[in-house]
Amino acid sequence: MSIDFFLPYLSGLSLAIGTLALVVGSLGLIRLPDVFSRIHAVGMMDTAGVGFIVLGMMIHEGFSLISVKLAAVAVFLFFTSPIATHAVAQVAHKSGFSPVATGAGTTAKKAARKKPTKVKARAGAKATAKTKPAGKAQKTKTAKTVATKKTANKAVKKANKKSTGRRDDAS
Amino acid sequence: MMFGLALAGCGVAMILALIRAAKGPTAFDRVLAVNAIGTIIILGVALHGFVMERPEFVDISILYAVLNFIGTFAILKLFATGGLGDRGGNARITAGSDKPKEG
Repeated sequence: MSIDFFLPYLSGLSLAIGTLALVVGSLGLIRLPDVFSRIHAVGMMDTAGVGFIVLGMMIHEGFSLISVKLAAVAVFLFFTSPIATHAVAQVAHKSGFSPVATGAGTTAKKAARKKPTKVKARAGAKATAKTKPAGKAQKTKTAKTVATKKTANKAVKKANKKSTGRRDDAS
Repeated sequence: MMFGLALAGCGVAMILALIRAAKGPTAFDRVLAVNAIGTIIILGVALHGFVMERPEFVDISILYAVLNFIGTFAILKLFATGGLGDRGGNARITAGSDKPKEG
């Protein structure tokens, strides 16, 4: 009896918390400085937002087939969205980006200005380590540099000009 | 009532993510924003089903979750290897050159 009285409020509270997590996560997606920290905001949207909103819908629905399907959606997103964000981070890291770790109050422009030095260091380290498969890797340099757009392209070009001249090391 | 408000919040979050997808400085920002928009759409379709009192829309949500996952991975594979694994691209060559023992 008392549980039935409180269930709509519990459902509404869950929906409100989930919606708040979605909005805060998308605000973080706008305001955070680089890709690797925006992944953090998207991770909050995918776990807290999806979890609480699906929980609210399940409480409202009760135990039925719809509720089981909602649980299936939540479980699928719970497993696949970390995989997707990890893949984004891995591909971004492979194509020459490195996370900006420069103190508080750093805006995106300052971070972008500081980026080429880090990328250059990383490209130099890889150029010494990776000498064997150079023959095969040389073939695909044009296709690989397509992936690195605007800011990364400048950084990678500047880094490779200083290193041994192989353009595919940073990507 | 509560579902309508949650749907409006999803709309606000989607607009904010769309701004990031439009002005993201790199391609990975856009991929991340599109992935987030897909997640919001999954929730939005389910919430819309509850608002319209037809909760069977959850099936479309499941389908959209699968498509969002596959689409994100297809874009990322295209960025990483320059092809999607068919004859046109050179995905096999670059994937082989990543392994240290092959060469």
